[in-house]
Amino acid sequence: MAVAAKILRTELDQKAWDAVRNVPDPEVPVLTIEDLGVLRDVHVSEDGVVAVTITPTYTGCPAMSMFAFDIEAALLNAGFEKVEVKTVLTPAWTTDWLSEKAREKLRAYGIAPPNGRASRRALFGEEQVRCPKCNSANTSRISEFGSTACKALYRCNDCSEPFDYFKCI
Amino acid sequence: MMKDPALFTYCMRLADDSAILSQRLGEWCGHASHLEEDIALTNVALDLIGHARELYTYAGQIEGKGRDEDALCFHRVEREFTNLLLVEQPNDDFAYAIMRQFLFSAFMHPFWEAMMNSKDELLAGLAAKAEKEAAYHLRHSAEWVIRLGDGTEESHNRTNDALEFLWMYTGEMFECDDVVSSLVAKEVAIDPMSIKHLWDETVNSVLARANLERPAESWMQTGGRKGEHSEHLGHILSPMQYLQRSFPQAQW
Repeated sequence: MAVAAKILRTELDQKAWDAVRNVPDPEVPVLTIEDLGVLRDVHVSEDGVVAVTITPTYTGCPAMSMFAFDIEAALLNAGFEKVEVKTVLTPAWTTDWLSEKAREKLRAYGIAPPNGRASRRALFGEEQVRCPKCNSANTSRISEFGSTACKALYRCNDCSEPFDYFKCI
Repeated sequence: MMKDPALFTYCMRLADDSAILSQRLGEWCGHASHLEEDIALTNVALDLIGHARELYTYAGQIEGKGRDEDALCFHRVEREFTNLLLVEQPNDDFAYAIMRQFLFSAFMHPFWEAMMNSKDELLAGLAAKAEKEAAYHLRHSAEWVIRLGDGTEESHNRTNDALEFLWMYTGEMFECDDVVSSLVAKEVAIDPMSIKHLWDETVNSVLARANLERPAESWMQTGGRKGEHSEHLGHILSPMQYLQRSFPQAQW
């Protein structure tokens, strides 16, 4: 499971968490908001309002409004009536929150998972990225930015597969 | 009476920098040299839109007059924008767009890094995210500066032209007026001169690798923070604000 930022206070909180944890990332549908660590907190207040706190992977992530919409729908389907989705920037999301299971899911989906820890980077630090298809380390970067802000585009020099790399931030 | 007019002004400057540069980068959508670069430039633009949205929303709350991010971005006129002149300079040539991004990102990366220690909770929180994003913007643009500067005679000359043209707009990044110094005293803002040596270090090392000569220190253009712009800003605002001007309060 992704990092436990949450303190589930009651059984109802747990029920609400379970209702939303499997909301998928619209761009990387094999990952859920729980896998990603985007889901930070779920709390049902005494008057029945579910307050859900999420954090963006990137500040401008266009998936955030989609997440909010899907979260609301999931909670309404589970029988909750009022939902408030709040976005926070602190603590800043990091790829370190991706669980081993989430990394494996990414690899199986054809996306190379983030490599190492999000520690300080040198300006031109070399990252060794393994091909998610053949596991070769003989890969080269095509572009710093891939199909979304959170990914870069790589190519495997051995099996020729072009692939996305989930950048380490 | 506004609670903190200096903080409002400071956030608006940063928001305008991000909004105007993202609009400039967005102009490359469908026009960049190749598909990957098209996507890269618009991804950088997207990060900047994210920063602008946070900052405009926060500025609107500080102001307390009910203006939201859309009102502040789309319903102000040219003279009310306080962005750096650097970010409004036209794309003209890919080398200009890359050099503009490099000179800006080489400043913004250490800027956000220092801002993580701000006493202002929102600015510190945004900085912790923006610092990571700016690191990629800097790497992307620096690699291009090197590739173009150290490339063919043609690419070298055009990159050198861009450097010489844009250089006079870099002085503004380090200006520290009463707004900035009052917030520096409260440990909310950072003194831009305190990161000048980091900017110099990045710029000098990348230009050296790109076979480009750093222009001599000379006169620097100024005015953006006071709303005095180059002729280009109005032309940026026209397409950027068109929808909200035609259909005020339009929502997705």
